[in-house]
Amino acid sequence: MNFLRKQLDSVRHNFEKGGKLEKYYFAYEAFDTFLFSPNTTTEVKGVQVRDAVDLKRLMMTVVIAMLPCLIFGMWNVGQQHFVALGQTGTFGEKFWIGLVRTVPIIVVSYAVGLGIEFVFATLRRHPVNEGFLVTGMLIPLVMPASIPLWQVAIATAFAVVIGKEAFGGTGMNVLNVALTARAFLYFAYPSQISGEVWTYLGDGAKMVSGYSGATPLALAAQSTGNVVNDLNSFGAGWADGIYNFWNMFLGVMPGCIGETSTLMCLIGAAILVISGVGSWKIIVSVFAGAFGMGLFLNAVGTSPFSQMPAHYHLVIGGLAFGAVFMATDPVTAAQTETGKWFYGFLIGVFTVLVRVYNPAYPEGIMLAILLMNVFAPLIDYFVVSANKKRRIQRATV
Amino acid sequence: MSTEAAVVEEVVEKKAEPLFSKKNRKLISNPLDIDNPVTVQILGVCSALAVTTQMKPAFVMSLGLTIVTACSNVAISALRNTIPSRIRIIVQLAIVSLWVIMVDQILKAYVYDVSKQLSVFVGLIITNCIVMGRLEAFAMANKPWPSFLDGMGNGLGYGMILMILAFVRELFGAGSLFGFKVFASMGIPYQGNGLLLLPAGACILLGSIIWVQRTLNGYRESH
Repeated sequence: MNFLRKQLDSVRHNFEKGGKLEKYYFAYEAFDTFLFSPNTTTEVKGVQVRDAVDLKRLMMTVVIAMLPCLIFGMWNVGQQHFVALGQTGTFGEKFWIGLVRTVPIIVVSYAVGLGIEFVFATLRRHPVNEGFLVTGMLIPLVMPASIPLWQVAIATAFAVVIGKEAFGGTGMNVLNVALTARAFLYFAYPSQISGEVWTYLGDGAKMVSGYSGATPLALAAQSTGNVVNDLNSFGAGWADGIYNFWNMFLGVMPGCIGETSTLMCLIGAAILVISGVGSWKIIVSVFAGAFGMGLFLNAVGTSPFSQMPAHYHLVIGGLAFGAVFMATDPVTAAQTETGKWFYGFLIGVFTVLVRVYNPAYPEGIMLAILLMNVFAPLIDYFVVSANKKRRIQRATV
Repeated sequence: MSTEAAVVEEVVEKKAEPLFSKKNRKLISNPLDIDNPVTVQILGVCSALAVTTQMKPAFVMSLGLTIVTACSNVAISALRNTIPSRIRIIVQLAIVSLWVIMVDQILKAYVYDVSKQLSVFVGLIITNCIVMGRLEAFAMANKPWPSFLDGMGNGLGYGMILMILAFVRELFGAGSLFGFKVFASMGIPYQGNGLLLLPAGACILLGSIIWVQRTLNGYRESH
């Protein structure tokens, strides 16, 4: 650490005003504060007591909360690979396959995203924003392990430039950046991110007999009888009980790298809520919305999917991951405390609605969150207006 | 519809104004950049998003709109002193629709497949905001020759944006240009980008063009 500090200090004069690399000061500053706490102090006048937690520490907390999902996801990539081939592998082998598939995606996501951030920061002469620390980790977690790397690069570039920089950079974006990247891929290259792409198979691999890459959502949508029976009987002979409720809760099933395990998402949620970074109101209300809508459809729906027990909606697909890590994004979520309840609840409702009634989109959480991102300012507006009205009535002047 | 009063400039009566005086040249060049009908006035966006998945229909559409705008501008400008102002819109519509029907018939006769692709959008030129805007804002107050140039300029400005959109969308969306498979002929495997073929992709692309243009020429909307 001391060595790094000395190295940074020794080149510092180049970047300061008048130095030959003055133009790149903000790039230097970003790198410096990434490694060490900023050495700026409060002014003589004004506020003098401040929280030591700056935006970077906040972002790092979210990244730490994502680690359980990531590590479990890596193992799961290998696990699904061996299941699909009908082989058995040791824990180490499974983890290794996941590592080899996942790390390049993470590296590409960070390299492209941070590269663009540095370019824009230098062009616009503002400090590099830390927003991408989280986004860069979220993007790999919502990709299938089989995604081509060039697609990750294009999607990340699109999301950062169009989703964020076009609106003015970190804190100004209307839409969640990681979901913008995924939505881009979903519409631009649908054959690599929808259908039966969720298990990494390897080139020319020979699948176990009876293998199918169908996801629980696809099964439920196609089901003609009882959805739960169809899910329970899926995988007979090569992966018995892969889609029974508790297995889906644990997340040992095909899916995006980080989204499969509801349990790991809940651990992440606990970290976010305890550290005060994520809003528990949003997380709870998303689950409540999905569960409530599930119950409602059980009562009025006619298709087999609408008769699926409501609690199944909470463990299949990416609902838990979206609720914990995407919907709580403080920039794009509703800002008012009452608004957060509406915002989260409607995300849950729309997710289930899209799942059950839109055959073109098997999973609805991505579209539901993006839709509610757009409506979040409107929700806030109504909450603030209602508050104003109430206070005017109370006023005695 | 555009309501800029600035365009309604008085053409001073001068005996020998050269055909391509500086002022007249501006009528052609301004709509290409600082007064572009699509990217600055934000008119005619719906057709710009709808017909630009391929170069060919986009080209034909630009040509059609340029002809209609220029010719209607001349006709209205010639009649401007005799049109009662209370019924001017209906007169304008009648003249525009005349030109649109002619363009439509010619397209059907000579390039039937493109005419099919453009479908209703040729007919909708009648209500295209660019055409109506130029008639109201320019032709009603200027002589036929400047009006003709103004119509040409705005048609070309619209066409330019259409061609840029169609170029990017067809090249990167389908890997071809005017139907010619560019990447395949060079032996490069290319996977088309489906988003660019959707109207939403065109909207994002148009937004990006506006972003780049405004960064380059420093244009700011006045409030």
